Amino acid sequence: MGMIRMAVQDGADLDGFRNAVRTLVAHHALPDTVVWSTANDNDLFGAAMPDASGAPAVSLPRDVADLIKLAICHSDPERFALLYQLVWRVLHGERALLEVQSDPLAHRLQLMAKSVQRDIHKMHAFLRFRETKDPDGTERFVAWFEPEHHILDAAVPFFIERFRGMVWSILTPQGARHWDRETLVEGPPAHKSDAPDSDAFEAAWKSYYESIFNPARVNPAAMRQHMPKKYWRNLPEAAAIADLVREAPQRAREMIEREAAMPAKRDPKKAVAAMAEQEPKSLEALNALIAASEPLTPGADHAVLGEGPIGADIAFVGEQPGDQEDLEGKPFIGPAGQMLDKALEEVGIDRRRVYVTNAVKHFKFEPRGKRRIHKKPNPGEVKRYRWWLTKELEFVRPKLVVALGGTALLSLTGKPLSVMRSRGPLQLGEFPGYATVHPSYLLRIPDPAVKEEAYEAFRHDLQRIKKLAAT
Amino acid sequence: MDDKFAAKLRILSDAAKYDASCASSGAPKRAAGVDGIGSTSNGICHAYTPDGRCVSLLKILLTNYCLFDCAYCINRRSSNVARARFTVEEVVQLTLNFYKRNYIEGLFLSSGIVKSPDHTMEEMMRVAKSLRQEHGFAGYIHLKTIPEASPWLIEQAGLFADRMSINLELPSADSLRALAPEKNAGTITNAMGQMHERIEEAKEDRRKFSPAGQSTQIIVGADATTDASLLDTSATLYKDYALRRVYYSAFSPIPAASAVLPLKAPPLQRENRLYQADWLLRFYGFTPEEVASGGTDGMLDLDIDPKSAWALKNRHLFPLDVNTADREMLLRVPGLGTRSVDRILAARRHTKLRLADVARLAKSVKRLRPFLVTVDYRPLARLAGALDLRPQLASAPEQASLF
Repeated sequence: MGMIRMAVQDGADLDGFRNAVRTLVAHHALPDTVVWSTANDNDLFGAAMPDASGAPAVSLPRDVADLIKLAICHSDPERFALLYQLVWRVLHGERALLEVQSDPLAHRLQLMAKSVQRDIHKMHAFLRFRETKDPDGTERFVAWFEPEHHILDAAVPFFIERFRGMVWSILTPQGARHWDRETLVEGPPAHKSDAPDSDAFEAAWKSYYESIFNPARVNPAAMRQHMPKKYWRNLPEAAAIADLVREAPQRAREMIEREAAMPAKRDPKKAVAAMAEQEPKSLEALNALIAASEPLTPGADHAVLGEGPIGADIAFVGEQPGDQEDLEGKPFIGPAGQMLDKALEEVGIDRRRVYVTNAVKHFKFEPRGKRRIHKKPNPGEVKRYRWWLTKELEFVRPKLVVALGGTALLSLTGKPLSVMRSRGPLQLGEFPGYATVHPSYLLRIPDPAVKEEAYEAFRHDLQRIKKLAAT
Repeated sequence: MDDKFAAKLRILSDAAKYDASCASSGAPKRAAGVDGIGSTSNGICHAYTPDGRCVSLLKILLTNYCLFDCAYCINRRSSNVARARFTVEEVVQLTLNFYKRNYIEGLFLSSGIVKSPDHTMEEMMRVAKSLRQEHGFAGYIHLKTIPEASPWLIEQAGLFADRMSINLELPSADSLRALAPEKNAGTITNAMGQMHERIEEAKEDRRKFSPAGQSTQIIVGADATTDASLLDTSATLYKDYALRRVYYSAFSPIPAASAVLPLKAPPLQRENRLYQADWLLRFYGFTPEEVASGGTDGMLDLDIDPKSAWALKNRHLFPLDVNTADREMLLRVPGLGTRSVDRILAARRHTKLRLADVARLAKSVKRLRPFLVTVDYRPLARLAGALDLRPQLASAPEQASLF
């Protein structure tokens, strides 16, 4: 077989190359019998291969396909020939060729792919948008960039993902891409003069760039290694480089030679002393903090704060607000709260004279249709709310703290204790305490007889609590 | 940009440059929709300043007014620098406008302590919250955490930030006492410990809390700490607090310096060697003791890199046969990086390596030659043994000194 001419498009013509490879492989064409020409080559020789777009697909290992996708973007006209050599060898006994990076061909193509990757990366890094207005008033961001390789299409998805909500145009000598928040439109090769020549924020950016530089560490070689000079002409901040480098030694010397100066202003003694006292000074102040905070658990976005007089004899601590509590912003008013109220009344404890609060201040729930299903807070969440509960009780200073249920017990002791086994008097942090069940537990018991018995036991607890708080 | 804003921007970015970190990697993959803006990446450096440092984030202080009086810091309360203060909204707008022009990956916000640590932390948290909630900003946010701030504020800040960092500043409690009177070593390590716990808990709950982890910075050359003890500190930080990075910042002369500290050019070579050593700890299986053993009296050799220094003191382990040596040992060869080692291991499965092959797999073969044996090459006995290799291995540190 004589020489074969394969025509592909100049640029990253992956489709053309794929078709060519299928045709050549189908004809068992040896790599050194193929001459690759791009559309604008004039010195064509060799016989054109008949179009065989019907040739079967060629199966290649993943790493080879990935390498082709990158290396095809390279500006080197030899890329098609090199890649076909690779394909040929991979299909003829060297399937793992790319694992052998010591092979001259694999090595060279890898370097080409790396160079392309670097070019894409640098386009993502060094492209600068300038803001302009379209005739119809649309705010448009326009950039001019000169890539080294044929990377426009490989680089653009990044900008779509990042600036999806903006209207923008990227202009290059290889072509333009315009994004209108929905679709990408291709445009012809552009010139630098098609892009705006200034932007209202460039002065701020340049000023930032100058100020963040430390003249005592000047090292222009390291800068050029990462940001080669060829990019400077399109970087607005690069205009500052020459002066910064020139003035650096002098600025650094001045800093070192300058003598330590005495402070010009008086020592702000009062402010320094006041700084140490940042903790909230009252329950009100603490509640303001809690109310302003983001929920530390997924669910409702408003906190339900504790309620009752400071200095109350008894503080009841529940788990977390429920649906109704969240809607009205008050603790213990839903079904469980009503159960608690009933029992309190029966044993003669005035709800208005006790303090009620929750271990977790936000309603954690999972939406199910229109309903919000209560979800038990996990230990991490309980722990995150613990600082607040501890502070809160420090302000209320009750004689007795009552843990209603396991979550309250966990929050007050820091340990996952069993309610049934801890039931009765116990120390809760710095307070004398008492552990009992949460009233919602009583609501969930299906058997009326068992329920009645449990309610009795709860009432009995409340009687003991009343007695303990009275002493 | 009016003149007043321009002046503030200069003061507050100048004040931020002593923080070495500018990393924007490690955040979860994320992109805003049409109504927001931004996405995360594996870390993009959008510019490089003439000190060779990367500009990835808008690194800025909310204010450089400060009630603390840390001797090494340009913003200490007794310093005579010009002061300025941004509003929350100003930082938010500046970040968005820089981001839209593709100048930055996001924001690294730090601050002097005004009024109280809580007040300051709250303002910083509000910047992050506004960016995320009001503007749908999906770019990177790094918040410098104030260790003295109350836990619930740090807890909230972590909901919006990709990375939180607490600067250790000085490696020993004594130095901290002497140079940073308002700071307390216990408070700092406690805060790091709590941060580590929060990050771990959040991972278990599949919740977002500072998903890119935490980092810290240690100032080098402001006190008498040795490299060995610095590396020990770092190894502990990596192990006990799962830090992503420890940054070493050569103490740099600052305008309006304190009389307590020596004014001299920053020890950039030492900083560079510490970074190389840090790398050996994290990716090359070295212990702090092994790294330190390459130097003398607890200080790293400034003329050659720490891996070469270690290899020269352990010549009996070399040369290695590149075709049979295991990964752990190949990683200890001066001049072989992790990627080169992986390539060698992959290629070795298919072929016997010659010297020219190794040259294609590694960055440079010159430094490797005395330490390797290939199919067609064996270093001369005198090269591998008696001859002093130091001059051959000496490399100028990447950060050249100023004078």
